Amino acid sequence: MSRINREEVANLARLARLDLAESELDEYAQQLEIILESVAKVGEVSTKDVKPMSHATGLVNIFREDVTKESLKREEILRSAPASEDDRFRVPRILDEE
Amino acid sequence: MSDLTKLSAVELSSELTKGSVSAVEVTKAHLDRIDSLDKSVQSFLHVDKTGAIKQAEEVDKNRKENKKVSSLAGVPLALKDVLTQKGVPTTCGSKILEGWIPPYDSTVVKKLKSAGIVILGKTNMDEFAMGSSTENSAYFPTKNPWDLTKIPGGSSGGSSAAVSAFFAPLAIGTDTGGSIRQPAAVTGIVGAKPSYGGVSRFGLVAFASSLDQAGPFARTVLDCAMLHEVMAGHDPLDSTSINQPVPDVVSAAKLQDVKGMKIGIIKELGGDGWQTGVLNRFNESVELLKSMGAQVKEISIPHSLYALATYYLIAPSEASSNLARFDGMRYGLRVDDGNLSAEEVMNKTREKGFGKEVKRRIMIGTYALSSGYYDAYYAQAQKVRALIAQDLTNAFKEVDVLISPTSPTTAWGLGERVNNPMAMYLADLATLPPSLAGIPAMSVPIGLADEDKLPVGLQIVAPFMNDDRIYRVGGAIEASLKTKWNGLLIDQAPALGGAK
Repeated sequence: MSRINREEVANLARLARLDLAESELDEYAQQLEIILESVAKVGEVSTKDVKPMSHATGLVNIFREDVTKESLKREEILRSAPASEDDRFRVPRILDEE
Repeated sequence: MSDLTKLSAVELSSELTKGSVSAVEVTKAHLDRIDSLDKSVQSFLHVDKTGAIKQAEEVDKNRKENKKVSSLAGVPLALKDVLTQKGVPTTCGSKILEGWIPPYDSTVVKKLKSAGIVILGKTNMDEFAMGSSTENSAYFPTKNPWDLTKIPGGSSGGSSAAVSAFFAPLAIGTDTGGSIRQPAAVTGIVGAKPSYGGVSRFGLVAFASSLDQAGPFARTVLDCAMLHEVMAGHDPLDSTSINQPVPDVVSAAKLQDVKGMKIGIIKELGGDGWQTGVLNRFNESVELLKSMGAQVKEISIPHSLYALATYYLIAPSEASSNLARFDGMRYGLRVDDGNLSAEEVMNKTREKGFGKEVKRRIMIGTYALSSGYYDAYYAQAQKVRALIAQDLTNAFKEVDVLISPTSPTTAWGLGERVNNPMAMYLADLATLPPSLAGIPAMSVPIGLADEDKLPVGLQIVAPFMNDDRIYRVGGAIEASLKTKWNGLLIDQAPALGGAK
């Protein structure tokens, strides 16, 4: 049974903010199908009453005092920004022009 | 003075302490070797000559002024390009971060600097640490110094190649599913993945946060332990950092004794589909451990058979979330013709900036986390992960450490698996169960496979925060094989470019 087709890949790419080329859709559909079929093997395991494990340390809620500390210098951060203006990141328009 | 690049970190440290050689001389010797031979290996993405010599001068000055310096002060190191170093480019092997200059040091780098370890440069890697061959680097593939037509392992293949090519006695890698251990195995050196939380992740560009762990590479177990000791320790900047003393890995590496230790062979890792030469060397090392007085028995980790499926759901899921930060707004690449909306800029930047494997994993993760599939894929994988960890905990009630071959095969040919993601993933079969459980594991060289005369590694696995045990067993095996071979395995590697 096919888990994934061209349309599904296009949908995943949209969710993941990837502007995939038309030519990539078939290639990924084929590869993702193979990978997903293989990882679906986890479904064979009986996991009734098993608690999910999100990480290995068992640590929960690490707190610290809420005190101000010196932070990174603004100019050093903006130096590697694709665009900046007036000490801020400059970004493309976010809202469509109506 | 003999060739400085052939000395171990411990040997260099002793010469530096005696004052028979300066840190600048040591650094220059390694930079010269990189200059003349890295053309063929391609292990570095960026060599920081000026910075390295400056660091070395500082160490020499401190020694001259009789200031207290660490034992590794002046010893050079190669750093995987996934850890930030202030003022030095960090790309993660990706075009999306090309040209980014981090404004801060990762905690690991901070610790290296304060120990006076000289950072020679940043090493190549699979893009965002996703891969087992370093061919997924967006820049160029790295070659295995044993045979330049073979892969150096991955994702820390630049670091493993640099150490095995004698460009540096020490290197740092990161291991999410085997990315230190497998490259160490296929290049004939030592590599260790500390307990999860043992080394700070602050400044380590995230791939899969619940699994990522930085660790040391070296040509000897003791060198590896000394670097481990420098890197590890609690860090308030990483909330998953363990607030416990660093296990005494250095003393353990020096013990060279496994008498009375209980060692378990993981039953599921071996057999059909595993390269004969790998299994032969593994079986010999089992006999060796027995002859040294260890009690060896087979032990079953039943759910390890599901580790590959579990890992390739959990790691891509975390990656799809972590890599959302690369949006072309604050750093790195931005694709924009000036007329696009922010969302269009993101879509085009990510499409152009990420390579194929990264896009593949982002989409697998997006799929596994999307509504309708979440329970069957991601949530189920987290439960199976718990069962794998439980199997390992149970095993450690009976034995002190577990062993297996590090990887099912020796280094394969460049290009052989690039179009077959599943074949590439299989290289991690043995390294994944300890990764998922967050427990420490090491690869030590145990010989060359009969078929191809390429290095084979033994994986040693210990319980959480018992990292010293992997060093104890690794050190003992190394000592015994060193006597047999009259040197280290790496000494049998062919000379690069005809140079001695």
